[in-house]
Amino acid sequence: MEPMVRFEQVTKRYGDLTVLDRLDLEVMPNEKVAIIGPSGSGKTTVLRMLMTLERIDEGVIHVDGRPLTHMPKNGSSRNGDLVPANERWLRKVRGDIGMVFQHFNLFPHMTALQNCIEAPIRVLGLSRAEARERAAGLLDMVGLVDKKDHYPAQLSGGQQQRVAIARALAMRPKVMLFDEVTSALDPEVIGEVLNVIRKLGEEHNLTMLMVTHQMGFAKEFSDRVCFFYAGRIAEQGPPAQLFGDPQNERTRQFLSAVLEAG
Amino acid sequence: MGGGTWDWQFTFEEVLPRLLDVVHVTILATLLGFLLAASLGLLFAIGRMSRNPWISRPLGEVVEFIRGTPLLVQIFFLYFILPDFGIVLPAFATGVVALGLHYATYCSEVYRAGLENIPRGQWEASTALNLSPFHTFKDVIIPQAVPPVVPALGNYLIAMFKETPLLSFIAVVELMQEAKLIGSEWFRYTEAITLVGVFFLVMSLIASVGVRRVERALRLPGR
Repeated sequence: MEPMVRFEQVTKRYGDLTVLDRLDLEVMPNEKVAIIGPSGSGKTTVLRMLMTLERIDEGVIHVDGRPLTHMPKNGSSRNGDLVPANERWLRKVRGDIGMVFQHFNLFPHMTALQNCIEAPIRVLGLSRAEARERAAGLLDMVGLVDKKDHYPAQLSGGQQQRVAIARALAMRPKVMLFDEVTSALDPEVIGEVLNVIRKLGEEHNLTMLMVTHQMGFAKEFSDRVCFFYAGRIAEQGPPAQLFGDPQNERTRQFLSAVLEAG
Repeated sequence: MGGGTWDWQFTFEEVLPRLLDVVHVTILATLLGFLLAASLGLLFAIGRMSRNPWISRPLGEVVEFIRGTPLLVQIFFLYFILPDFGIVLPAFATGVVALGLHYATYCSEVYRAGLENIPRGQWEASTALNLSPFHTFKDVIIPQAVPPVVPALGNYLIAMFKETPLLSFIAVVELMQEAKLIGSEWFRYTEAITLVGVFFLVMSLIASVGVRRVERALRLPGR
């Protein structure tokens, strides 16, 4: 089976700082991957590059068999020559990917429903009626259909994040990225957001990558956990193994520090 | 100036009717000029944000150049020098273009501040939803960037309004020009010039109330 996401020797630098160092990572269709690690280890950068929010310096990222960061030279898909993607290519390929952000990033001047229909209408060309129907269904799934006419400022953090999940899903992505989606939330509403993600994993055919500090959730939800350290995957494996019997000294240190904190 | 005392009869029978006759020229020049300034200013601001230096740099220099030279000089330039290049515009149109262009550069700075205040997350969410640059600006960025700068734009509307008398230099018959004509016909300036001043004061006050109304109407619920 073709991997849904494939990082091939991907390097990302900010000036002298190498954030990702020749990263290889494959994620299979429908696989749920949790990415953990200390801050500055490059874990969020993985998602940001996959969402094309940042360009990579070396290597290639493929999504669903197509190059994401690069495009075939001269438009021919036959020969293997790849050149860095231009904006038009990115527009074509990044539709496969959806992202949920730590700080929600809802559009504050639009209601929950408007947030969810904007891109389906503008990008996918849905009619207003179709988009509303799709959005209403998703808002129902995240338990907020009664709040569809509320503006983000009228919603709690947990509710905003659930709208953001519905908004991303409305584009029918194949891959969903969750970037520390509970880090900005009050403890008492973290559960409602995790429940939505759990439900998503059960009911939808989605490949998911999540950067998280919720070790409990990562353990229970993911098929595989990747521990990032200094721009590389220091250790990865099924959650039972990685949490239960970590092999790498860095992983052990990180886990004991995190578990101690709480 | 003849006649040291104020002549009410002259004021009501000669000055006021004649000024009211041309009031629409001043208002129209202001509104058309501001329409041009507000839209061109937004284009300037967006163009200056372009990642393409062939767009952003020349635009930046044009804006600095226009801001750095007096409006009156620009009015004269457009009126007397453009015809040498085969572009002949009526005086009123020249005045509107000059006002609009000049104030577009100020408006562009205002917009720029508004645009720079949009959190990066809004741009990133737009990218993540694959919105085109056009729809990102039109539906996401501009609706958030413009309302906070409406008061500043409104100030420029009022400032521009008060600069329309400069159009009298190229013989656009607006309030000031008409007042000057009345003065030279009757050798009395006091009434006409005073009324022009009063008129600008009243209109400015009305305009600032209007700006405040718009400001309030643009406020988001829940904030």
